[in-house]
Amino acid sequence: MTTDSTGSRTNVCHRAWVLVPALIWMGLFFFLPLLIVLLISFASRGTYGGVEWTFTLANYRDLADPLYLWIYLRSCALALATTGLCLCLGFPLAYYIAGEPARRQGIWLMLVLIPFWTNFLVRTYAWMDVLRTDGLLNTVSMGAGLTSDPIEILYTDAAVLIGLVYGYLPFMVLPLYAAIERMDRSLIEAARDLYAPGWAVFVRVIVPLAKPGIVAGCLLVFTPSLGAYITPDLLGGARSMMIGNFIQHEYLVVRDWPLGSAASFVLMAMVSAGVWAYQRAGGERLL
Amino acid sequence: MKSLARHRRGLLPASLANLVFLYAPIVVLIVFSFNAARLPTAWEGFSLQWYVLLVRDHALAAALQNSVLIAAVSTVIATLLGVSAAVGLERLPWRRRVWLEGALLLPLVIPEVMMGVALLLLFVLVKMPLGLLTVTIGHAAFNVPVVLVIVRSRLHKLDPQLEEAARDLGATPWRAFRRVTLPLLQPAIVGAALLAFTVSLDDFVVTFFTAGPGATTLPLKVYSMIKTGISPEINALSTILVLASMGLVGLSLLFQRKRVHA
Repeated sequence: MTTDSTGSRTNVCHRAWVLVPALIWMGLFFFLPLLIVLLISFASRGTYGGVEWTFTLANYRDLADPLYLWIYLRSCALALATTGLCLCLGFPLAYYIAGEPARRQGIWLMLVLIPFWTNFLVRTYAWMDVLRTDGLLNTVSMGAGLTSDPIEILYTDAAVLIGLVYGYLPFMVLPLYAAIERMDRSLIEAARDLYAPGWAVFVRVIVPLAKPGIVAGCLLVFTPSLGAYITPDLLGGARSMMIGNFIQHEYLVVRDWPLGSAASFVLMAMVSAGVWAYQRAGGERLL
Repeated sequence: MKSLARHRRGLLPASLANLVFLYAPIVVLIVFSFNAARLPTAWEGFSLQWYVLLVRDHALAAALQNSVLIAAVSTVIATLLGVSAAVGLERLPWRRRVWLEGALLLPLVIPEVMMGVALLLLFVLVKMPLGLLTVTIGHAAFNVPVVLVIVRSRLHKLDPQLEEAARDLGATPWRAFRRVTLPLLQPAIVGAALLAFTVSLDDFVVTFFTAGPGATTLPLKVYSMIKTGISPEINALSTILVLASMGLVGLSLLFQRKRVHA
C-alpha cells in the first residue's frame, strides 16, 4: 500500500520506456530514410548519377515539365476513377452485408478480406491471364458471340483501372460496412413511412448516415491507387506510367536520384494532403 | 421491416457479382496451374507437370528459403517492437499518445514505392551492401505498425482493473504485466505475428528496392518470371503462394477472434 501513490507513477515510466526500441527502429529505418529523400530532393545530380550536395529547387521546377505533369494528372485521374468505381461496386455489397445476421456478416467480411490478404503481385498476374488477347475474357466473349475480334485490354489504361479496382475494393467495403452497420435503421423506415420514394431514402437518409464510411473508404482507396506500382507496371502499357513507376524509373533506370526524390515527395505531399483534409473534416481514426 | 428486408434482398445479385469479381481471377489462376497446355488459353487436360517443374527448380528453393528466413526474422523483430510500443503507448498522456501513434502508423499510409526508395537511399549512403539483411530490416520496419494496430485494438478492450487488481495484491509492475496482461494479449500477439509473417512473405515493392543479387525472394522470382514470359509454371507457383497466405491469414484471424477466458 505504501507504493500506492508512487506506484502508478513508476508504472507510467516503466511503460513509457518500453516505447523506446520501436521509436529508435522506426526513426532509423523509416523517418531517417524519408529525411534523406527530402534532403536529396534539394540536391543536384552528379555527372555519373550520384548526388552533388548543392542546394537547388531545380528538381521541383523540372517536375513542372508537361511530360511529368501529364504523369501526375494521369495518376490522379486513374486513382479518382478507381475510387468512384470502388464506391459504386462496394456500396451495394456493404449495405447488403450490414443487413445480414451477425454470424453471416462475419462470413461475408471474411470472403471480402481473403483475396485482399493474398499476394498482390499474384492477384495482378491473375488478371494478365484473364485479359490477354488469347486469354479467358476473349475466349469466353468470342465463344458466346459477343465479339467477333479479340478485345485488346491488357497493357491499356482500362486494364490498369480493372487491376486497381480489384486490388483496393476491400478498402472501400470495410469502412462502408462499418458505417452502415452502425446507422439507425429506424430512420430509413421512418422515411419510408412518410412515403419517401426509394431514391430519396437513398440520397437523403442512407448516404448522409453512411458519409463517414464513404469518406474513409474513398481516402483508403485513393491513396494507394495514386502511388500504385505493381498494377501499372504489369497491366499497363509503355505509356501507362503512373507516379510510382516514374519514381522507380528515375531511381533505378535513369539514376537521377534528386529528381526521383522530388517526385516521391510530391507524391507524399499529395497523400498527406488527403489524410490531413480527412482529419480536418472530422474523420474518424482510420486504423 | 418487411419492406426493408425486401429492398435489401434486391442487392444480393450485386453483392454476389462483387464476390465473383474478387474470386474469378484467383480461380482462373489456380485452374490453369493444373492445365496440361503450355499456354493458359484452352483446357487440355489435368496435369501436375508445372508443379513438378517447380519442385525441380533449385533457384526457386533458394528463393523460398530466403523468403521464409526474411519473414521469420522480421516478424520476430516487428512483434517485439510492435507489442512493446502498443503497451508503452497505452500509458502515455493522451496528447502525446495520439501524436506518437500517428507517427508510428505512418508507414501504413505512405506509398510503398516511397518507402522502398527511401530505404534504398539510406543503405546506399551508409554503404551497407544490399542483401538479406537490408530486406529484413525494411520488412521489420513496415511490419511494426501492422503488429501495433492489432495489439492496440486488443489492449483497448482489456479491463485495466485486472492489472490494477494484481498490483493491489502486491505484484510488481513487470509481474502484473507478465502474468495478467500478457496472457490476455496473447491471441492478439499471435494473430499479429502471423499477419506480419504473411505481409513479409507477400511483399514485393520494398523487397524490390532493398534486395541485392543474393536475396531473391519468392515474389521477386514470380516478378522476373512474369517479365520473361507467361507460363503455367507461374500459375503453379502463384497457386502455392495464394494458398499459403490464405492459410496463414485464416490462422491469424482465428487467433485474433479467440475469446479470452480470464
